[in-house]
Amino acid sequence: MPGTYIPWDYVPVMIVFAFAVMIGLGALVGGLLVRPRRPYAQKLAPYESGNPPVGEPRYKFSVKFYIVAMLFVVFDVEAVFMYPWAVAFDKLGMFGFIEMMLFIFILLVGYIYVWKKGAFVWE
Amino acid sequence: MDAGTTLTIMDIRPFVPELTLLCAGLILILLDLIVKRKEIVAAVGVAGTIAALYATYKLFGYAQPQYAFFDMFVLDGYSSFFKLIFYLNLILTICISVKFMEIEKASCGEYYSLLIFATSGMMIMASAADLIVLYLGLELMALSTYILAGLTRKRHRSNEAALKYFFLGAFSSGFLLYGISLTFGLTGTTNIRDIAHAIYALNVMDSPILYLGMIFIVVAFGFKIALAPFHMWAPDVYEGAPTSITAFMSVGPKAAGFAVLGRVLFDAFGGMQVQWTSVLIPMAVLTMALGSIIALSQTNIKRMLAYSSIAHAGYMLLGVIAGTPEGLTSTANYLMIYTFMNIGAFAIVIMLRREGFRGENIEDFKGLSKSHPLAAALMLIFMFSLTGIPPTAGFVGKFYVFMELINSGYTYLAVIAVVFSAISAFFYLRIVMYMYMKDPGEEIVITTSPSMSIALAITCVMVLILGVFPSFLLNLVRYSILG
Repeated sequence: MPGTYIPWDYVPVMIVFAFAVMIGLGALVGGLLVRPRRPYAQKLAPYESGNPPVGEPRYKFSVKFYIVAMLFVVFDVEAVFMYPWAVAFDKLGMFGFIEMMLFIFILLVGYIYVWKKGAFVWE
Repeated sequence: MDAGTTLTIMDIRPFVPELTLLCAGLILILLDLIVKRKEIVAAVGVAGTIAALYATYKLFGYAQPQYAFFDMFVLDGYSSFFKLIFYLNLILTICISVKFMEIEKASCGEYYSLLIFATSGMMIMASAADLIVLYLGLELMALSTYILAGLTRKRHRSNEAALKYFFLGAFSSGFLLYGISLTFGLTGTTNIRDIAHAIYALNVMDSPILYLGMIFIVVAFGFKIALAPFHMWAPDVYEGAPTSITAFMSVGPKAAGFAVLGRVLFDAFGGMQVQWTSVLIPMAVLTMALGSIIALSQTNIKRMLAYSSIAHAGYMLLGVIAGTPEGLTSTANYLMIYTFMNIGAFAIVIMLRREGFRGENIEDFKGLSKSHPLAAALMLIFMFSLTGIPPTAGFVGKFYVFMELINSGYTYLAVIAVVFSAISAFFYLRIVMYMYMKDPGEEIVITTSPSMSIALAITCVMVLILGVFPSFLLNLVRYSILG
């Protein structure tokens, strides 16, 4: 019957989730109730390892950092997909091998593309 | 689906058209690095599309649907017909954009490969036999079109269009995933046909959760098709995006949206027809009303065509509402006709664009017939077709949708649709009036190129031929979908 089914396999996940929320909220609310509250200007300033803060925290980063980060993600994901293949490659056989080679080939095209476009040149 | 099952190379067979097109896209990326002339890149793109078209044609001969990847992907007549629409859309878009992207100073090889990747996404959507594959195709299509909408980086409107499209597209993807997970939670499968069996076997037909899941999925497709009340993004995005991309977006994602809407509603939720019809009917009426009425007050032709495409989505939806395979046939037929007339209209808009002049206002069409009678005559044909005046194809498309609607007993809906169709005549014919009955304000210069002429010839000839001899297309679509 609809409405009466409980997915028991997922109940532990729900319990962990509930605990995570409780601990997070509990720490915040508990701290709020217990701690003394005597604010003054120095205390409210952002913590900079004891140094007086200089300038705004938000300033522009060079776009190059983002490009490097994105490229890292792309090729990192490629590596992640190789793990399951490495575990099951004997079962997947020739088909899996060809599929994987296709996958790597597509990423290789992407690699050549970013290379030629000069994404790896820092200056 | 255990890992022990052996896959063979033959399993890829139904996937060959998609693979061909994806390979063409990859080749274009590499070619762009070597070749300086963008015309060559575009020509290779068209060649790749024709190769994929040939692959679809060769595989089309099989009467039985062919499944691949553990029943997650299907090649049947239904998907093949929609793929034909996608190929035509792609070829015509490439043809009208070669010169235009040069003028926009956004001529890059990525443009063509992104068009191809977007089209591959649509093809995967049309062939999806599993909701996860459907989502995969949808994202491939959507991510490529977000970038394409913002390709003219220096224009603020283009940036705005891309960002708006991205946010609302991401939002609609969320709806789709929510709908899929609710359906999966109730039926235990994401396979479209297994869902239908599971709904009967588990007797969850009356479950409100299934109802909710179905509505979420319809909402997500409604975003892609630009059905009211999920059409808000369309006018802004259509106006801001480069015109060639507007032409591409107004046909491709819409056709893909209808392809998956038809498959999911008929195959997965076939037993819930009463429920989904009651959702779709108000949406269709609202879509036709909003599209036709708001278009009346537009001064920008791209915005006007955006509202017109919303109204057309409403007419197409009527074929789905009819609820029979024949109704779906009339929608597919309409989509094919719409491809020709809509891209044709956008091609004329593109011709008015030149260095330092946008040519996007309806005023800019003033007196076009005096200086360029041929361009004006072509625009006249496309406008007549969009209105639905015989002997153009637009009439045939509307006729069959309304006929199927009446056959299914929704005569009142057909009457409403005809009323809005009559209202829409005003803004289409206003352009004709501007072209033929007003004196030209300033000199009109049109930009043309050989590929543009080819695209215009194809669209114009098809609009007229399909208007006079509709049986050819109708037989094709009947054969594809009904078998």
